Amino acid sequence: MPSLPALALHDVSKRYGRRWALARLTYALPPGRSLLLTGHNGSGKTTLLRLLATALSPTAGRVEVLGRDAVADRDSVRRDVALLSHASFLYEDLTAHQNLTVLARLLGHPSPKDGASALLSRVGLEKRSDNPVRGFSAGMRKRLAIARLLLKAPDLALLDEPFGELDPAGIRDMEGFIAELKAAGVTVVLATHLVEQGMSLCEERLHLQDGRAVDA
Amino acid sequence: MSTSRPRPIGLIGATLALLRKDLLIEWRTRARLNAIVFFALATLLMFSFALGPDTRLLEKNAGGYFWLAILFASVLAMGESFRVESENACLDGIRLAPADPRAIYLSKALGNALLLIALGIVLLPVMVALYGVKVVTGFVDLGTVLLLGSLALSAPGTVYAAISSNARARDVLLPLLLFPLVIPALLSLAKATSLVLQGDPMNQLGSWLGLLLGFNLIYWGVGFVLFPRIIED
Repeated sequence: MPSLPALALHDVSKRYGRRWALARLTYALPPGRSLLLTGHNGSGKTTLLRLLATALSPTAGRVEVLGRDAVADRDSVRRDVALLSHASFLYEDLTAHQNLTVLARLLGHPSPKDGASALLSRVGLEKRSDNPVRGFSAGMRKRLAIARLLLKAPDLALLDEPFGELDPAGIRDMEGFIAELKAAGVTVVLATHLVEQGMSLCEERLHLQDGRAVDA
Repeated sequence: MSTSRPRPIGLIGATLALLRKDLLIEWRTRARLNAIVFFALATLLMFSFALGPDTRLLEKNAGGYFWLAILFASVLAMGESFRVESENACLDGIRLAPADPRAIYLSKALGNALLLIALGIVLLPVMVALYGVKVVTGFVDLGTVLLLGSLALSAPGTVYAAISSNARARDVLLPLLLFPLVIPALLSLAKATSLVLQGDPMNQLGSWLGLLLGFNLIYWGVGFVLFPRIIED
């Protein structure tokens, strides 16, 4: 029996007010492959990632993630999917360690504080672990956000402009994290304007223009 | 990777984890508590200035003024509780964690209720000094009224704070939605507090507390059921 696609979009549309962010999009990502999402600003990349993360529901059509319906099986899908978004999901008044501990507790991690400390070391923020996020640079926030994603140990990682706001060393580290995820069997969906960098990390490509799939 | 993933915690565990997070943020900043204490103190003072030197009138209506000060301050507190979540889209981060939306509701509403209880404890001695009232039937009765009143304001207030948090005119929308809904609870609270402060020769306090308990059951039940739809849809 053939494996199910990692994600499948069946005639998916999403409308914000009068504007269609995605229009009748149909696509299936074969299992074991990673996807590069490209397109100009406003082409629908972020909307598509948010639909896959179940942060949004489609206006029409059906989204399947890891073989499950993203609306009907929302809670189950959320447990297996992690999103690195433009918004960092970080509490400004909590420290880096506290931010990760809150998530670790929600995930039922057996030792939330130790798990948070280990991840902070992994992303190179161990020296700033007790500092409030409010004082962090954009690059440090991005590192903490990737630590948040890694804490979930997802089966599907959705990365929205992961290289943005990072310095060259940060970009190398981010490439390393993405390679680690892929080596661990995680399906990666990566949206970026850095096409060459993205192509080196992903096997498949979907180019969006005005919410529709077009040839790149 | 999912085989080694820990099992997500249940409703109570998630509620406690999120409540702990909210209290930690409040402890680190003290932004909400400071703001609502000074606002409520100013409101109590304004009532005493507005009514002039007639201490009998102040004494008679102290319960109502006390709860109006808490109600006005609660609008600030509950609006702020969702501002923290809208910064950096933290509410999305919790939803997608995933946390049970009902746990988000319970933690926010309980956190807001705790804040209002703390506010009531701070306001009480000020009210006694300003309005010249005494706690006649005892502090247990007063504590019960404060507990039921704080819960009765926070339950619908948290729902409406979530609804209005994405609106442009959220500072206006929240009181517009909340005030009409809590009028029955406010009347019961004013009456029950007056009985505690002026004596209860006819043993009416129990009936008013029962009514408040009923309001709480309705408010918390409706909020618990509706909140997931509000933040998901």
